[in-house]
Amino acid sequence: MTAIQPMDGRAAATREAPILSIRGLGVSFLGARGRWNRVVEGLSFDIAAGETVALVGESGSGKSVTAMSVMRLLDPATSRIEGQVTLDGHAVLDLDEAGMIRHIRGQAAAMIFQEPMTSLHPIYRVGDQIIEALTSHRPMPKAQARAEAVALLERVRIPNAAARIDDYPHAFSGGMRQRVMIAMALASRPQLLIADEPTTALDVTVQGEILDLLKDLQAEYGMAMLFITHDMGVVAEMADRTVVMYRGRAIEQGATAEIFARPREAYTRALLASVPVLGSMRGEPSPLRFPIVDLQTGIAGPALPLSGTPGRDTPLLDVRGLVTRFDVRGGLFNRRVARVHAVEDVSFSIFPGETLSLVGESGCGKSTTGKSIIRLNDRSQGSVRLGQEDLFSLPPEALRRRRRDIQMIPQDPLASMNPRMTVGAALVEPFREHGLGTTAKGGAKAAQLMEQVGLSPAMLDRYPHEFSGGQRQRICIARALMLDPRLIIADESVSALDVSVKAQVVNLLLDIQDRTGISYLFISHDIAVVERISHRIAVMYLGEIVEIGPRNEILERPQHPYTQRLIGAVTVPDPARRHLRRNQQIHELRTPVRPLDYLPPARRYAEVSPGHLVSVDGTAS
Amino acid sequence: MGPVTGGMSILPTDDNTPSPAATAGEEAWVSRGPWRRVLEGLLASPTAVLSGLLLLVIVLATLLAPVYAARVAGSDPFRSGLSAKIEIDGERVPVMQQSTEGLGLGVTPIGPTWGPQYFLGADTQGRDVAARMLYGGRNSLLIAGASTLLCLALAAVVGIVAGYVGGRVDSVLSNLIDMIWAFPVYLLAISLSIVMIGKSYSFGPFEIASDSLIVPILIIGIVYVPYVARPVRGRVLALNQSEFIMAARGLGIRRARILLRHILPNVATTLIVFAPMLMALNIVTESSLSFLSVGVQPPNASWGTILQDGQALLYSRPVVSMAPGLAIMVTVLLLNLFGDVLRDVLDPKSARGR
Repeated sequence: MTAIQPMDGRAAATREAPILSIRGLGVSFLGARGRWNRVVEGLSFDIAAGETVALVGESGSGKSVTAMSVMRLLDPATSRIEGQVTLDGHAVLDLDEAGMIRHIRGQAAAMIFQEPMTSLHPIYRVGDQIIEALTSHRPMPKAQARAEAVALLERVRIPNAAARIDDYPHAFSGGMRQRVMIAMALASRPQLLIADEPTTALDVTVQGEILDLLKDLQAEYGMAMLFITHDMGVVAEMADRTVVMYRGRAIEQGATAEIFARPREAYTRALLASVPVLGSMRGEPSPLRFPIVDLQTGIAGPALPLSGTPGRDTPLLDVRGLVTRFDVRGGLFNRRVARVHAVEDVSFSIFPGETLSLVGESGCGKSTTGKSIIRLNDRSQGSVRLGQEDLFSLPPEALRRRRRDIQMIPQDPLASMNPRMTVGAALVEPFREHGLGTTAKGGAKAAQLMEQVGLSPAMLDRYPHEFSGGQRQRICIARALMLDPRLIIADESVSALDVSVKAQVVNLLLDIQDRTGISYLFISHDIAVVERISHRIAVMYLGEIVEIGPRNEILERPQHPYTQRLIGAVTVPDPARRHLRRNQQIHELRTPVRPLDYLPPARRYAEVSPGHLVSVDGTAS
Repeated sequence: MGPVTGGMSILPTDDNTPSPAATAGEEAWVSRGPWRRVLEGLLASPTAVLSGLLLLVIVLATLLAPVYAARVAGSDPFRSGLSAKIEIDGERVPVMQQSTEGLGLGVTPIGPTWGPQYFLGADTQGRDVAARMLYGGRNSLLIAGASTLLCLALAAVVGIVAGYVGGRVDSVLSNLIDMIWAFPVYLLAISLSIVMIGKSYSFGPFEIASDSLIVPILIIGIVYVPYVARPVRGRVLALNQSEFIMAARGLGIRRARILLRHILPNVATTLIVFAPMLMALNIVTESSLSFLSVGVQPPNASWGTILQDGQALLYSRPVVSMAPGLAIMVTVLLLNLFGDVLRDVLDPKSARGR
């Protein structure tokens, strides 16, 4: 087959007997009106024993469909698979369902999925689920199965495995559940492990732990691995060879180092150029746009910095001692039994034209901080001053009018638009509600903003579901701009977007800041993007700010141990890190749920350099 | 915009191509609103089209009841026809015929003639069953339809107020719902009927006659309110937490407007899904109550009262009870088939893929 690219030495040595061999794979889905849509076309590649091949591409490029086809998990009524798939000597596409179960699934190959929170059965103990995976293919006495299950849990480095085997899945954090999933996949000692975005849903520090674990296990078991991801950083760290997919085709494949160093296709070059790389902003004083790649030549243009510098005199937004706690109710009469200290004594200010980023892992309270500032939850104390006005002492109607000045850009733009309203109606509604002018004037402004965010005014008559994810996010940005706000809270606004679209939206946000001098509170877990966009960074952990300061200070001289751990866990698209081990300790989930009588200790901050504050009492106990 | 905008598209995955759902058809861009997609989904389903058309036929047939009675059957289906005679094969035959079975005592109404007059035979009063079926169907459908609308309206108000206002109002309304729910439906309906039926009411200028259809409509409309109000309240609670309601609040939209423009249209789908199923349920409930003499009052007819009329003739003239039974079964079946498709079409999960 001509599509096969030259391989590096290691793979070539084992070339005679690949574990998985795919030749001319084509997959079609039954679409609307009985039409068959091609989603994978002419895909060919091999995986040798002990080798890791990454399938990389943006959403809809056919990566997961390829994995599902190998395992034959697609619904035969609505899908067609063509070509040849040979796995461990079996012609997979010729096997029937019984043959798949006998030879392939959980035998020659096992699969782990993206969403560890839902892939374990919630009502069985994890031990029983692993034992089921063990005994379904290899009958063995119960005691032996249990002993092997404990051994497997130890293999995936679950602390105190012998005791935890009798816990239910809800007692495990996301990272721990993913370890259990891996243990179940290993139960049959598969020759091929298919990992479909196994770390995408996990926090960055947990992602680092899981990647380390997968590397170790691969070395121990000598498994082949098919690793599906959209994250070039993960690819660089995991894969011997890489297959770049674009619209169902493999447009480039080869040794990972080769692809990163000398990408041949313009698409690959563009993809690599738009990946935010932590550390690429060293010595840059201002936020930087992503470079634009010319698709004909594949050469990246210059990355334009933000022109203005933020003011430093009077803060636009001043948050002092913000506290948000939620009650945990339970028991017979729905009494309060505990409290979630979601946000605890958080103080910061944002200056005009400045971007402050709030970083931290899921559950650290960064989104709640954003919602509390504009009083979208009523359980907050402290003071939030916008200019001279304290938002927390405003009566409801005045607060409603003041909301004009602080707008939000959501994480999920589809969910944040009313599905039964056209985009035009959604844009004009806030304009009318704040009495800023007639509907005609609002419509004209909406049309103008649509052009500014790179969309056509003709699209105003359409409904949200008719747009792509990136377009919807642009619409949400346009909606926020309808009210000429002074501050925009961007809550994970680019996290769900594909890497190329993410770069475009970040550039758009910077364009708007350049033009209008708006301030951003940029809430994100993606530190590489944060590095691009922010002037200052605040790191949150368990509801508190543990470190805050200028961007370069925080990223280059992190003081707090948590900040150091967070930055150390970020993946970098550099194949030289292929054999990197972080050797971090495994961290169990810590929660901000406290007993009712818990009194948070007062925090002291030390100023290590001008404007760079770090919490000195250590992390919350 | 600044000079940077020119390079907005970094990659060939041009973000301006509409989503796959949008490009499904090659036809020129016509924006398809959510309601229009529901209509298209219904029209694309043979089940929905067929059951909808047949339901329409049933409704039209019952609406033409007076025409049938006057022009075809030539009899008054509300007046007793004990002494009437009709012509069959040139012979004049009495409608109430001398019994030939047993002791030969008493009279038996004529069986189905399969001709224009007394197509389905006569009942114990000598009335034309076919004509009564059409009139009865009109009442049955009217009561079921009106009580469905009443029930949906009441449930929408109760559910939305409970869910949107919350707090103490919610706990009072929710407990009220639970209390009504705790009664078995028929026990509640029969109790209400016994108290309410057979009396006339006057509210200022309005007068409700003792045999008015409004009473069964009210009763049937009320008993199922909890079954709809509960899910509506749940939907409102979920919507309250949804991102687009949060976004609307963040944009500074007034509470009343959020309720009208954002909550209500999204609750409407829940209500619409309930409509056909509730209608089917109400037809059965109406028939049951009328069968038990606590619904439509004689001489007025409904499918339930005709069932009751047929009870005495179950052995000699089974058609009299089979006809309304079959009518109820077919109508309910069609409504449920239609409702199934409607629910699939309105389901946001399946609609998103469309």
